[in-house]
Amino acid sequence: MCQVGEDYGDPAPEGPPPPRPGRELKCVKCSEGLPVVVIRAGDAFCRDCFRAFYIHKFRAVLGKNRLIFPGEKVLLAWSGGPSSSSMVWQVLEGLSRDSAKRLRFVPGVVYVDGTCPVVSTRRLRRVAPRTWPYPILGSPVVMIPFCLHLEGAACGQSREDRAKTLSDVKRILQTLGFPWHVVTLEEVFALPPSVLRCSAPEPVGTVGTYKVAVDSFLQQQHTLEAEGVGDSPSSAQGEAQPSQPCTQDPQDLAEPPPAAQTEALSRLFDSVKTLTAKEELLQTLRTHLILHVARTHGYSKVMTGDSCTRLAIKLMTSLALGRGAFLAWDTGFSDERHGDVVVVRPMREHTLKEVAFYNRLFAVPSVFTPAIDTKAPEKASIHRLMEGFLLRLQAQFPSTVSTVYRTSEKLVKAPRDGCASGPRCLLCMCSLDVDTADSATAFGAQTQDFSQMQPPTPLAEAGAPTVPCRSAEVGRAPNCCQGTRPCRREDSRARVIKQLCYGCRVNMKDVPSLDPLPPYILAEAQLRSQRLSPEIQEYLLENSDDKAHTSGSGAWGPPEQEGKDGQTVCDCINKNIFN
Amino acid sequence: MAAPLSVEVEFGGGAELLFDGVKKHQVTLPGQEEPWDIRNLLVWIKKNLLKERPELFIQGDSVRPGILVLVNDADWELLGELDYQLQDRDSILFISTLHGG
Repeated sequence: MCQVGEDYGDPAPEGPPPPRPGRELKCVKCSEGLPVVVIRAGDAFCRDCFRAFYIHKFRAVLGKNRLIFPGEKVLLAWSGGPSSSSMVWQVLEGLSRDSAKRLRFVPGVVYVDGTCPVVSTRRLRRVAPRTWPYPILGSPVVMIPFCLHLEGAACGQSREDRAKTLSDVKRILQTLGFPWHVVTLEEVFALPPSVLRCSAPEPVGTVGTYKVAVDSFLQQQHTLEAEGVGDSPSSAQGEAQPSQPCTQDPQDLAEPPPAAQTEALSRLFDSVKTLTAKEELLQTLRTHLILHVARTHGYSKVMTGDSCTRLAIKLMTSLALGRGAFLAWDTGFSDERHGDVVVVRPMREHTLKEVAFYNRLFAVPSVFTPAIDTKAPEKASIHRLMEGFLLRLQAQFPSTVSTVYRTSEKLVKAPRDGCASGPRCLLCMCSLDVDTADSATAFGAQTQDFSQMQPPTPLAEAGAPTVPCRSAEVGRAPNCCQGTRPCRREDSRARVIKQLCYGCRVNMKDVPSLDPLPPYILAEAQLRSQRLSPEIQEYLLENSDDKAHTSGSGAWGPPEQEGKDGQTVCDCINKNIFN
Repeated sequence: MAAPLSVEVEFGGGAELLFDGVKKHQVTLPGQEEPWDIRNLLVWIKKNLLKERPELFIQGDSVRPGILVLVNDADWELLGELDYQLQDRDSILFISTLHGG
């Protein structure tokens, strides 16, 4: 009860301290700390809350999807860039937490090194005016925007720069303590054709299975700890022991790849006409290489550091490149197209801004190397154009990237009717979205253009300029032109084109000759076409065939076929109508 | 009349390629009529530090979208972006996020 004269203790506190100049806001989460970064539209976070938010997002993405089982071997694809470095760092931190919240998988890191010796200046001048529209600068090291740390086809980095980059990379890899693998991009020339084959997928675990696996893992952990085995079971499960952090012979790293391979890689990338096609090809080769490493060393998952911004750009770019059918695989959390190895994208909810801030505030090491499109002008490639478009739009409408990203979350991986186990694209390994029987559609007609132009033959009665001799669509008899002209080269090109999805075919338009491609691609193409052609021969000889696989008959093929020649003529005419 | 300022300008994330590969620059901004803010600083950088391809760094009177600006390790959006008035011994960092990975 109040009493007159009672002392109520300390005098009333003074007013709140004057706000610091320019930072009147407080952290939206803890309402105490001084904000350092603005996330999304107007949410200011202080340093500690930002860190908690960032880490929580990473763990939540992994936990929500429940794809990575305890004890599973996961390969982290590290390019040296900020997003993948952040991802690797998150995994490192996640593994060192107390046992209840510790990440439960066994990681390894792969780094694809592609830097190579400087291209001769003579070649520079020949290449540069044709390919690069901006003026040549003095130093070739800075000018040639080919090389990426990962893939360094015709890279402008000198040997010293390459060695320095590699030593930086190794230093970081050694501090991680995981098993690490450094491969050079030139090794694509030594890949086996089996890398392009989709292996049988492991049985997919349901949510129930996941829970059971986690519970049994935790139980095992407790048992081992109770028995006094010592450290956590994760170290017993093959996580990197400090004694052998690197799984590669150090001598291998010291030697650069054979000059012949480097030369071949340079030749390949020089022959590609547009930067868009170069970037796509690079991406494909890198994927194959990482896949090969994962399969060789027994990794069942690969984690890539694609961020939210990158995935939004990738979604729009894929649409422009004709890969709309595969958006769900290209931009989703998990990508199971390879069968036994699943690619996951744990960084997909982090924007590039958050990644950059986190890396800066918490000193995440990364290695910067110029990429194939470094300093390329805005319209140099579709990727650059789309990136510029989205980022500019984002500056004015801050919800752009997240809207595009949310769209990608809604995409469903539904197989086309009856094509769940159909043929796969040779390069990107998605189910072929090309309907070989659909020659009557505009799409079917359009894909004729991928064959090289040749003078018309007597068979082209409709008078169209292009001859379907090199038709990529229909399974024609190999000698439809009766050997009137040598078309072996077109045959082999047509053979490869036929096995590609629409997006990859569009890409191959910019690759005038398939010879510089790594041998495993051509070998696999050969193998697949040999496997297919006896079947086609079989179908061609049968009349009134109602099988869906009958190539070329489609909606137009009359039941009364006159054998190989007749069918070929029918198809020639059909196609020419649309040319 | 603004007194000369000594600030540290740093570039990261690949932006340093446009500045001869040099990441940290200790610069002394000359005294001038108007106070120094980020807007003026960008003009100054374009004139004095930027070696090539200005369109990859500056767009209009601001930085190109995709380039983050940190002032004393804090987001410039908290400080008024282009209108933030520079103070002596500030550290301004430009990070390009366009080099993904």
